[in-house]
Amino acid sequence: MAIKVFLLLLFLSCSHSVFSIYQDQVGLMDWHQQYIGKVKHAVFHTQKAGRKRVVVSTEENVIASLDLRSGKIFWRHVLGADDAVDEIDIALGKYVITLSSEGSILRAWNLPDGQMVWETFLSGSSPSKSILFVPANLRGDKDNPILVYGNGCLHAVSSIDGEVVWNKELTVEGIDVQELIHPLGSDVIYAVGFGGLYQFDSCQLNAKNGELLRHEKAEFPGGFSGEISSVSSDTFVASDAAHSILVLISVRDGAINFQQTYISDLVQDFSGTAVLLPSKLTGIFSIKIDGFVVFVKVIDEGKLELVDKIDHGAAVSDALPISEGQQAFALIQHEGNKIQLTVKTGHDWDDDLVKEGIKMDCERGLVHKVFINNYIRRDMSHGFRALIVMEDHSLLLVQQGEIVWSREDGLASIIDVTTSELPVEKHGVSVAKVEQNLFEWLKGHVLKIKGTLMLASPDEVAEIQRIRLKSSEKSKMTRDHNGFRKLLIVLTRAGKLFALHTGDGRVVWSLLLNPLRESEECSSPIGLKIYQWQVPHHHAMDENPSVLVVGRCAHGLDAPGVLSVVDAYTGKEINSLGAVHSIVEVIPLPFTDSTEQRLHLLIDANQRAHLFPKTHEAISIIQREFANIYWYSVEADNGIIRGHVLKDNCILEVSDEYCFNTRDLWSIVFPSESEKIIATVTRKSNEAVHTQAKVMAEQDVMYKYVSKNLLFVANVLPKGIGKIGSVTPEESWLVVYLIDTVTGRILHRMTHHGSQGPVHAVLSENWVVYHYFNLKAHRYEMSVIEIYDQSRADNKDIWKLVLGKHNLTSPISSYSRPEVITKTQSYFFTHTVKTIAVTSTAKGITSKQLLIGTIGDQVLALDKRFLDPRRTVNPSQVEKEEGIIPLTDSLPIMPQSYVTHILKVEGLRGIVTVPAKLESTALVFTYGVDLFFTRIAPSRTYDSLTEDFSYALLLITIVALLAAIFVTWVWSERKELQEKWR
Amino acid sequence: MAVKQRSKLIFLKLSLLFSFSLLSSALAISPGAGDGHTINGRVKIPSLGAKGFALPGKLSDIKVILNGGQRVTFLRPDGYFSFHNVPAGTHLIEVTTIGYFFSPVRVDVSARNPGNVQAALTENRRRLTELVLEPLREEQYYEIREPFSVMSVVKSPMGLMMGFVVIVMFLMPKLVENMDPEEMRRAQEEMRNQGVPSLTSLLPGAARS
Repeated sequence: MAIKVFLLLLFLSCSHSVFSIYQDQVGLMDWHQQYIGKVKHAVFHTQKAGRKRVVVSTEENVIASLDLRSGKIFWRHVLGADDAVDEIDIALGKYVITLSSEGSILRAWNLPDGQMVWETFLSGSSPSKSILFVPANLRGDKDNPILVYGNGCLHAVSSIDGEVVWNKELTVEGIDVQELIHPLGSDVIYAVGFGGLYQFDSCQLNAKNGELLRHEKAEFPGGFSGEISSVSSDTFVASDAAHSILVLISVRDGAINFQQTYISDLVQDFSGTAVLLPSKLTGIFSIKIDGFVVFVKVIDEGKLELVDKIDHGAAVSDALPISEGQQAFALIQHEGNKIQLTVKTGHDWDDDLVKEGIKMDCERGLVHKVFINNYIRRDMSHGFRALIVMEDHSLLLVQQGEIVWSREDGLASIIDVTTSELPVEKHGVSVAKVEQNLFEWLKGHVLKIKGTLMLASPDEVAEIQRIRLKSSEKSKMTRDHNGFRKLLIVLTRAGKLFALHTGDGRVVWSLLLNPLRESEECSSPIGLKIYQWQVPHHHAMDENPSVLVVGRCAHGLDAPGVLSVVDAYTGKEINSLGAVHSIVEVIPLPFTDSTEQRLHLLIDANQRAHLFPKTHEAISIIQREFANIYWYSVEADNGIIRGHVLKDNCILEVSDEYCFNTRDLWSIVFPSESEKIIATVTRKSNEAVHTQAKVMAEQDVMYKYVSKNLLFVANVLPKGIGKIGSVTPEESWLVVYLIDTVTGRILHRMTHHGSQGPVHAVLSENWVVYHYFNLKAHRYEMSVIEIYDQSRADNKDIWKLVLGKHNLTSPISSYSRPEVITKTQSYFFTHTVKTIAVTSTAKGITSKQLLIGTIGDQVLALDKRFLDPRRTVNPSQVEKEEGIIPLTDSLPIMPQSYVTHILKVEGLRGIVTVPAKLESTALVFTYGVDLFFTRIAPSRTYDSLTEDFSYALLLITIVALLAAIFVTWVWSERKELQEKWR
Repeated sequence: MAVKQRSKLIFLKLSLLFSFSLLSSALAISPGAGDGHTINGRVKIPSLGAKGFALPGKLSDIKVILNGGQRVTFLRPDGYFSFHNVPAGTHLIEVTTIGYFFSPVRVDVSARNPGNVQAALTENRRRLTELVLEPLREEQYYEIREPFSVMSVVKSPMGLMMGFVVIVMFLMPKLVENMDPEEMRRAQEEMRNQGVPSLTSLLPGAARS
């Protein structure tokens, strides 16, 4: 009781209701990790003596400058989603040049700080290959223009200010340019390419003004496959349309010569197809032939000679000029748990400059890319460093046979997240440890109290901060009472599973899932989702939880699926099922078997349901619940939503008792000419709702319509599906529905005229909040719909309750059609939204906050109270007491309520909230290119003392009170004695 | 770093003043090649760097976003930005950076009279004659810790407890002392009759009977 009063006092003493932290609390309960994604291109900048760096562009559309010594990010920019980087290079030794958006945007960035210097938009007529050619500038005093080929047009752009010096439309000439060659100091630019399937073209252009000097063409009857590789400045290699002949093309004095070589003559027992690999080596090219990479050397007079044949899975770097006329390139091969890095020179195959074996974690998979850079050793010999991109998207720098640094950039492309509890602490804390720490503990608190009294010196302040951040408590590998410590299990696009500790964000284990790797059965596997597979409660001490990973072999819905079960503590694969039936949807059922494995239904493309796990016990459970399993499917392209139930066992050639036929129960068909589905949202299945009743002002009660089967659907006019600016308000509207997915009943329908998508929505308890664009006001809007059950409304009468004439105990069934009423309200919202989530707490008592991921890659926590349809302009006194905020036309954005404070979660894609055991607190994990984790308390931490609670002050108070009691006792004794003597 | 940044900003301001007179006609929508138009604009932050708070945002981190993510561009060192190949219609431009709040801007690109800027802030409906975007306000993401004051300690639960003790220890005896002994005795008699244990009986003054 005393504690309660005390807490109440504490609670009252802090009257703010927004989420907010102090600057010195950063890093106490949050962590932020920055990534870049899988590297596509890398350019080294190591000439100058200062900071050595490597500039990279990645598949997440990031360009970044990394410290070559440590792998840290100097600067980084995340480009727009449609602005994929085609090429990067460094010009004038100080600008990073990027070509993006299929060769239409050329930007220059200042190398030291990443400030954009200029941006040029290059227009063209037809899509084509994009080529960036930055002339080698040895002296750095002359401005050689950058050559850019994109969209069928060749541009020469000044590297100083981005002015287009000249441009030349080459599609008019009928050439699809594949290679650009501009010899240093020459006034002529050579462009080679194909004109149609059979024609090879070679052009010479004036480097000063882009004038077409010469244009030769020649036909090759076998046709070209489209790939070309340059062997020297006037010799090229292409393959024919059937991929069986290599064509050596030489352009000399305006004449084009073809020389054919059958691949079968070069390589014994060749069958299948050969693919030319792009490499820029002089005199050597490489081809990929089923499972092997073959290196072929061009000797004089167009003779080809096989030099080496290596296993597939090897990676080859581009050529690096190391000295006058000499080139080097790197080759990486796998040997068990080691990789072999070989650096060879272009002219002599047998001469290895470097041959190093590097131990490699097998969870990183194969080497995908390698980039090399050289440096001069003390003894004037060449040393090489290699930047390696692995199959799991991680980035490593290798030098002298050692891994200098590594970055886990796979974490930039998270697909799905789930959580797992940590192991229960098995041994109690030993007494010795406490005693040892007691002094430290006291010292820490004395320092802390000094800090609060502003008596601490700067050194001591730093010490306090260090103690707070270092706290070993938060990164322990065991469960805690508050449930703050968990494992975040994330699936990345590379098919790798990571377990991150919520305390400090470190990787506890990682696993490259074998079923999600490229193989013969699975050509381009993708991971889809993670589900909690087994969460042991009864045997929490000796059984480990596990997760189920669902993937698919290719992009189509009918591609075979893959399943894998992974132990959440050890990161070992327990069980995997490759290339089964197709998986369109996975439905976790609310039933578990005796080993606490959750039952799942996998729906395939033929509308059959497959039970997983395939055990007899599972069958018996499902037989019992056969009639109670409902699900729905959304066909967004056709505008149909269907409800399904199980029917009977499948009749196949091979009898399969785990397979069931399904039956359509209901369907809703939206008129395709006026409505197109753009968003569907349901409730989180594990959400806890504390109370069904909502007590209003004036002693009134409303009953929330709480149903797990509620589906929110948002439709727009098919015309308005594009981005903002493509339609006028008159020709666009948004229709929203609330649908019961068991019966197919439409509970609510509402039209927003003059509005369009994209719609982001979140459904929780009995309300849905959605964000869309209002074209009339040209602002974003957020609306709330709350749905209440009217059939229970008359249960307020106490006499009915006493006499038992109420329907509170009647079973809730989706088949009963309760009267529902809805309340709605709309507000303006300033920012574009990328994603919306809602906090979830253990018991659902704490009030909710919306977590809004804004376009600025920040996460805003907005109280649900602001989105209450009962808000009015002038709330009455009673309503005010209830906490109703006066109505405003737009939602407030308070900077202190940004959960991410000064940080940005670049490329934000998703927000996941997980309840902690402590009712007041929810854990929030935000992912994108960056990761951010924190814990928030939507109604403040009313059930525990805050981090900055001063125990020392409490102790001092107690001591002072005791002293006061003693002193007063002494005084009273003395006084009494005096009284008696008087 | 901060020093470097500031010097760059002074340069930026100067160059802005200079370029403004020359390029004011460029702050417009100009017809581009083909069907697309070009939107040119400028972001101006008056007090960038002149802030006591550790400012995390830099000019290079400012992004300008067209139509909720359709296109993203960055600022040139002079604060200018441009979107190319934009179709005619009503568009939305947002500026995002850490530390400042920018209102989204509604920009009308009309096919009929190119070069005519129709821009308005959506937050307060203010019309812009030129596409110069300025932050509406600065954003402070942290609560400011109140400096230590005696009052805050006194107000805290512990402080209240201490205060109470002090009052009881020093003021109560004084009160009791100042009372008339006759009155005191009477009061005590009364209390004894009522049988209610009172606070005064616990006090040293009560022993004076």
